[in-house]
Amino acid sequence: MSSNYISGAEIVIRCLHEEKVKFVFGYPGGAVLNIYDAVFQQNKFKHILVRHEQAAVHAADGYSRSTGKVGVALVTSGPGATNAVTGIATAYMDSIPLVIISGQVPTFAIGQDAFQECDTVGITRPCVKHNFLVKDIKDIASTMKKAFYVASSGRPGPVLVDIPKDITAEKCDFSYPKSIHLRSYNPIIKGHSGQIKKALSLLLNAKRPMVYSGGGVVLGNASAQLTKFVRAIGYPVTSTLMGLGGFPASDKQFLGMLGMHGTYEANMAMQECDVLLAVGARFDDRVIGNPEHFLSKPKTIIHIDIDPSSISKRVKIDIPIVGDVISVLIELNDLLSKEKTKQNASRKDWFKDINQWRSMNCLNFKNDKKLIKPQFVIQSLYKVTKGDAFITSDVGQHQMWAAQYYPFNKPRRWINSGGLGTMGVGLPYAMGAQLAFPDEKIACVTGEASIQMCIQELSTCKQFHLPIKIINLNNRYMGMVRQWQEFFYENRYAESYMDALPDFVKLAESYGHIGMKIEKPSDVEPALKEAFSQKLKERLVFMDFITDQKENVFPMIPNGKGLSEMITAEEL
Amino acid sequence: MRHIISLLMENESGALSRVSGLFSARGYNIESLTVAPTEDATLSRMTIVTSGSDEIIEQIIKQLNKLIDVVKVLDLNDGRFIERELMIVKVKANAQYRDEMKRMCDIFRGRIIDVSDNSFTIEITGSSSKLDAYIESIDKAAILETVRTGASGIGRGERILKV
Ligand SMILES: Cc1ncc(C[n+]2csc(CCOP(=O)(O)OP(=O)(O)O)c2C)c(N)n1
Repeated sequence: MSSNYISGAEIVIRCLHEEKVKFVFGYPGGAVLNIYDAVFQQNKFKHILVRHEQAAVHAADGYSRSTGKVGVALVTSGPGATNAVTGIATAYMDSIPLVIISGQVPTFAIGQDAFQECDTVGITRPCVKHNFLVKDIKDIASTMKKAFYVASSGRPGPVLVDIPKDITAEKCDFSYPKSIHLRSYNPIIKGHSGQIKKALSLLLNAKRPMVYSGGGVVLGNASAQLTKFVRAIGYPVTSTLMGLGGFPASDKQFLGMLGMHGTYEANMAMQECDVLLAVGARFDDRVIGNPEHFLSKPKTIIHIDIDPSSISKRVKIDIPIVGDVISVLIELNDLLSKEKTKQNASRKDWFKDINQWRSMNCLNFKNDKKLIKPQFVIQSLYKVTKGDAFITSDVGQHQMWAAQYYPFNKPRRWINSGGLGTMGVGLPYAMGAQLAFPDEKIACVTGEASIQMCIQELSTCKQFHLPIKIINLNNRYMGMVRQWQEFFYENRYAESYMDALPDFVKLAESYGHIGMKIEKPSDVEPALKEAFSQKLKERLVFMDFITDQKENVFPMIPNGKGLSEMITAEEL
Repeated sequence: MRHIISLLMENESGALSRVSGLFSARGYNIESLTVAPTEDATLSRMTIVTSGSDEIIEQIIKQLNKLIDVVKVLDLNDGRFIERELMIVKVKANAQYRDEMKRMCDIFRGRIIDVSDNSFTIEITGSSSKLDAYIESIDKAAILETVRTGASGIGRGERILKV
C-alpha cells in the first residue's frame, strides 16, 4: 500500500484520485514539474496533453458540459496560467464546474518578479467562482476538497487552486476530508413551498402562459422534470441557446430558441405572454433584448433559479423561487398532478396566435443548386447523424445555424460558449466530449475564422485518436461580423474578410487526419455519410464546406431592440 | 440613496480585494470602505458606504452574499443604526485663527490632540454628514490636512450582526 507520508505533488494526485477524476487536461512547465512527476507515476486518470493551455481548460469544460462532472485542468505558472484565463472566463460565464490547478513560483519567491511569476489569483479573481493560493502543504488536501465542492455545488463554476512549487516538494501526512463545511457558503437547494404554490396557481389561471427554459435546466440535470411539467400543463415552451436539449426540440410544444436569433414564434410568445415561467435562465441581453421593451407588455414573471443574484437583475421578478431547479420542478410536478382541471378554454386564442406566428416559417431558406447553403449543411448533418450526435460549435453565424437547424432532443448534446462567446472553443470542446463518450458521434460545427483559434489541437486529436468530425462552414468571412457590417455599417466590411486561408484539406492531412473539400450542394450529404461511415469511424475528418459567402442569420433582433422588433429573411 | 452595508467575512488574504473588485467590476459606487479584524480573529468586519437605487442595492447585497468568503451581510439602512466616522484635521492656529479654531472644535465636540505654534490637530467623530458639516463651517483657508476613516456602523438595540 502507498504510504501516507507523501509529497505535496503526490497529495494533489491523491486528491484527484479521491474525486474519481478520469481525465486531466494539461501542459507542463517549471512550476508544476513535481506534480507532473507524480502524474507520471500513477495510472488512475489519464493526462491529456493539449497544445495550448487555453485548450486544456476548454477541453476540461467540454468534458464537463457533456458529462455533468467536474472538469480538471493543470497548467504551469505565469504564461501557463495566463493562457488558461480565456478558458476559465468562458466556463465562468456559462457556470461550468471546473477545478484548475496552476503551479506558482516557490513561496519564498512570490512578489519578487521571479521567472514565470504572475499573480494568478489576482488575474483570475473576477472570472472564477472562487480561487485559492495554498501556502502550506497541510492545506492542500482540504483546499482541493473545497475546490471540488464549491465548483460543483450551488450555481456551479470554475475554481482555481494555485500551488507554489516548494509546497509540492515538501512532505506531510495525507488524509482526504470526507466532507467539508464552509460557514460562509450554503447554497439554497429547496425552493420556498409557498412561492411554488403561488406560482402554480398563477400559471393555471394564465390566459397566455409561456415557459422559458435556460442553461440551468441542463446544468441542474432537470430536463426530465421540466419535460414532464411542460407536457402535463400543456403550455408552449422556448429555450435559450444554453438550454437547448433541456426540452425535446421535436416536441410540438417547443417553439424553438428565443433571443437575438430566435424564432419568430418564440420571441413573439415571450413578448405577448401574460404569465411567464422562467426556469434556470437569466434574461440576458442576447435573450430578451431591451428590458423596457420586454416589460412594455405587462406580464407576471415567475423565476426559478439557484442563484439569488440572477433574480431581478435585469427584469423585476414577481414570484422569485430560489432553489435547485430540479427540486423545485419536482415539487411543481407533485402539485400539478393533484390538480383536476388543467385546460382553460380561454387559452384557445393564445394557441391560435402562436400557430399564426409559427406559420411564418421563419427558418425557411432558399436552397441553391450551385452554392452550398450553410443551413442545408446543418440539416444534412442532422439527417446523417439521425439527430443523435454531440454537436460542439465555435462562435459566429455557424453557431446560430447549428442551434437553429439541429433540433436537440437530449440535454448535454449541444455544447457551445454562450455567455462569453469565445471563438476557438469548438475543437477542444469536441475533444472533451469525445474522450467522455468514445463511441458517440461528435461533430464540431465551426467557421474558417474560429477553427484557426485552436487549430493546434488537431495534433492532440491525433495523439489521442479522437475521431471528431469537423464541419467547417467556410464562407471566407468572419460571417457574423460581416453580417453586422452589412446591416449596421453600410457594407463596409472592415477586416472581416478571411484572406490567406490555409488549404484545410492539406492542413488536416499534415496532422495525420482526413481532409475533404466540399464545393457542390449535391456532394454535401454523400460527404457527410462518408465521414460518419463505419470505414472512417476511427478517424478525424476535417470537412471544409465552401458555402455561400453572403448568407445571413435570420430572424435577427438588432442590438438594443425589443423581442418583437425582429428582422426576418422576408423583409430584406 | 446612500446605504451603509456591514459584512462579516473570513479573515483570509485577498478577501478585501474580492469585495473591492466586485464593486469596480460591476460599476457600483463606493463612497468608503473600512475593514478590520473582529474579536474573533478568524473574521473581519467591513463597512461599505455605497449609493444606488433600490434595485442596485438589492443586487449589491446579493452579489456580496455570493462571494464565497462572505459569511453575513447586513444593510444597516433596513433598520435603526448608529453611524460613526473619525476625522483628524490639521488646521492653522496662528494668531488670526487660534480662537476661532478652538471655538469650532468645541462646537463640534472635537478634541485637540496636538498643538504647535501655528497649528492644531483636531479629532472629531460623528456621522459622515456631521464631519462634512464641520468642514463646511470652518474657513477653507485654515485647513492644512484632513484624514477620515470612512464610516463604521452598528445596528441599534437588539440588531446584532454576529456569526
Ligand atoms: C475570441 C473572439 N474574438 C472575436 C470575437 C468576435 N466575433 C464573433 S463572431 C466572429 C466571426 C466568426 O467567424 P467564423 O468563425 O468564420 O464564423 P462565421 O460567422 O463565418 O460562421 C468574430 C470575430 C469572438 N467572438 N471571439
